[in-house]
Amino acid sequence: MIGETVSRRDFLKITSIAGGGMLIGFNLLSDSSSAAVAADAVFSPNAYITISPSGLVTLMAPNPEIGQGVKTALPMILAEELNVKWDTVAVDMAPLDQKFGSQVAGGSGAIRGRFMPIRKAGATARVMLISAAAQQWGCAEADCYAEDGFVINKTSGKKSGYGELAAKAATLPVPNDVVLKNPKDFKIIGTRVPNIDNHKIVTGQSLYGIDTRRPGMLYAMVVRPPAFGKVLKSFDDTAARKVIGVKNVVKAGKVVAVLATSTWAAKKGKDALITVWEDSGKLESTADHIAAYTEMVNQKSDRPGRVDGDVDAAFAKGGKVIEAVYELPNLAHAAMEPLNFFADVKENSVELYGPTQVPARMRQEVSKALNIPEANITLGMPRQGGGFGRKLQADNGVEAALISAAAKAPIQMLWTREDDMQSDFYRAGALYKMKAAISADGQIEAWHLNGAALGGGSAVPDSFPAASIPNFRVDTHSFRSNIQTGPWRAPTSNIVTFADECFMDELAHELKKDPIAYRLELLDKAEKQPTGKVGYDINKYRSVVKLVAELSNWGKNTKPNVFYGFAARFSFNTYAAHVAEITNTNGVLRVTKVFCAVNCGRVVNLSGAENQVQGAIIDGLSHAMFSKITFDKGAVIEKNFNTYKFMRQKDAPLEVIVKFVPTEDAPTGLGEPGLPPIAPAVGNAIFAATGKRYRKLPFELGKA
Amino acid sequence: MAKYTLSVNNKAMAVEADPDTPLLWVLRDNLNLVGTKYGCGIAQCGACTVHINGTAVRSCQYPVAAVQASKVTTIEGLSATGTHPLQLAWEEMDVAQCGYCQSGQIMAAASLLKTKPNPTDDDIDKAMTNICRCGTHFRIRKAIHLAANNKTTKSAKS
Repeated sequence: MIGETVSRRDFLKITSIAGGGMLIGFNLLSDSSSAAVAADAVFSPNAYITISPSGLVTLMAPNPEIGQGVKTALPMILAEELNVKWDTVAVDMAPLDQKFGSQVAGGSGAIRGRFMPIRKAGATARVMLISAAAQQWGCAEADCYAEDGFVINKTSGKKSGYGELAAKAATLPVPNDVVLKNPKDFKIIGTRVPNIDNHKIVTGQSLYGIDTRRPGMLYAMVVRPPAFGKVLKSFDDTAARKVIGVKNVVKAGKVVAVLATSTWAAKKGKDALITVWEDSGKLESTADHIAAYTEMVNQKSDRPGRVDGDVDAAFAKGGKVIEAVYELPNLAHAAMEPLNFFADVKENSVELYGPTQVPARMRQEVSKALNIPEANITLGMPRQGGGFGRKLQADNGVEAALISAAAKAPIQMLWTREDDMQSDFYRAGALYKMKAAISADGQIEAWHLNGAALGGGSAVPDSFPAASIPNFRVDTHSFRSNIQTGPWRAPTSNIVTFADECFMDELAHELKKDPIAYRLELLDKAEKQPTGKVGYDINKYRSVVKLVAELSNWGKNTKPNVFYGFAARFSFNTYAAHVAEITNTNGVLRVTKVFCAVNCGRVVNLSGAENQVQGAIIDGLSHAMFSKITFDKGAVIEKNFNTYKFMRQKDAPLEVIVKFVPTEDAPTGLGEPGLPPIAPAVGNAIFAATGKRYRKLPFELGKA
Repeated sequence: MAKYTLSVNNKAMAVEADPDTPLLWVLRDNLNLVGTKYGCGIAQCGACTVHINGTAVRSCQYPVAAVQASKVTTIEGLSATGTHPLQLAWEEMDVAQCGYCQSGQIMAAASLLKTKPNPTDDDIDKAMTNICRCGTHFRIRKAIHLAANNKTTKSAKS
């Protein structure tokens, strides 16, 4: 591959697109007619970096930004290897383009997957700038080094800015192998860097999908099926079309869209639309689900997730057997920005702009739905008002595209909060029967998890305490439903950890052992005499358990009204351990503090990383305390935030203390792993405070 | 449809809208002041918080006809240069994750500071009822304390 030269005109075109304004069809760096306009050439050795002759360094943020901080953290990695000062660079959101590799927000994978490739992209540019300087000065590359946006000659002291070297660097071949920086020389990675969009956010200038405005655009609102199991039979749009501002009413897929010159007119048109629905399948209710799960967890699965030894034989021995049932509700994603998308479908081309965690999949699905080749579809992404897994589905973009195609107009589709709640792909509710046998010498001899969930998995079978218990079995069952379920922050771990870690706490108390000391004892067992496969790194697991014990001053509490609970989890390649502190003020319990230790390898952005973990803890706590989605004959009962409750300041912890285990290991995931341990840590703290086991979420403390 | 002249961010702005149109949509669709966000439409989440005569209200439930001569302030008009103590504090505490709810949070906090320039945790608990789905509550609280009496680094310097 040869370094390409791009004219300033093209460069400006690229940045104005990425800035979120106009999005037009383009192919990054491919306009050969403008190549080699040396006078105003920019240096762009790869899709991520552009350096203009004036010295402006523009870094592209390749992955969707849903609040997980990658629009800041990924460019930080580029800037680190490029050796530029962070406060001198410009960062732009990349549109969907294969040059940027896998552009996905999911699985806590962006930093983990991109750390080395992005470092290499940054280092490549640095090395080429050094080569350019050495050639210009007629000296050896070894005599030169790069620092803070300059190349400097060690002996002569000559110094050139990256901008001055851009034109020359752009003519050089792109090297394949470059030497990365020694991590001990990192100046940006590992520091606290504020969110790149902070100033825009606090001044209301940060634009989201819902803020998209284009000439001639119509606002679209949709009337959707009122329940799972219902489909549209007919509609009457006479009254809807009479609403002032309503321009059109179209059927698009499963929904009817009202298009208007303002959101409010579209909303009034939506309310005036008469729709008739008919049954197309079962109309399920939550009570039916719970009854089905209860039956399922009393049966063995044909394909157990893990079998060590023989749990039944251990239970039959006549020792002490402990059983407990844990229940978790369905949850909505309910990102603060309700689903929306902009679409402009022309005869054989489409412009898409809006919130998605999976832009490539969305383009593919829109292509299929409209029978328009992917090459003729552009897709741009604004900053997104949350994701949590909901935008791993492409339905919002497809629906917008179908509406635009039917209406033959550029449209912005916006779901009301009620639409968003009724048409989610929910976090599956689940039920677990946990059963353990205690041997005469006070050991857990058998552990049996039997789980059932709505249309999906309910266990991560090799998780701790697997490998530390001689007889161990995991059975799971999935209830087939026409209610959509899908990934929700920390899929599966976000349900099963509550059962695993609360039950472990129950057993520790039964054995009269300290819950943390007992886990360390089990980890020693898994290390010295493992049963079956060990699905976690024992040292890393220990590292977070010990660190959080230290942070929280575990076991040394002397305050009579303050109580503590512990839980830990390895999920999405990262280890997290939490201690929740509950204060009882005249009978009112509040989680006042949470301590957390995380082992996620090297931390890229300390402020962003802490924010992710603090957020995951409050997110998990908020849902554990307040939230549930229930169904009545296929219809969601909790249709908005008056019934689907979230934590407000008065319930939020006053302190969330997060510490990362110092390590040189490569970075792993961070968006999700902080969430799973908080519900059980709080459940265990509630037990410490009240002596009662709360085995059902949400806790609804007042009611039990 | 009716014609209104609204005072928004100290400017007179002419709009034509149905009297029952929530102020939120007039701001967003008629005046292109999109910093004020839609989150629930039923005055629960507070993403749409603006000031009416200096006091926080949820604009999704505030009909444009009710505004009359009141002064409306949105996040875009909170300060001329984005340097309201709360804006500085939000940046210094690195509060935002997705950022979507933060205009509403800042407007709610600004209203609080007008009546309680140095709020206690209890004052914050009572006044800050907005929803943040990302879980930035803890940093919001710290930022409000930081902004009270202009304790941010930048405001201390100036």
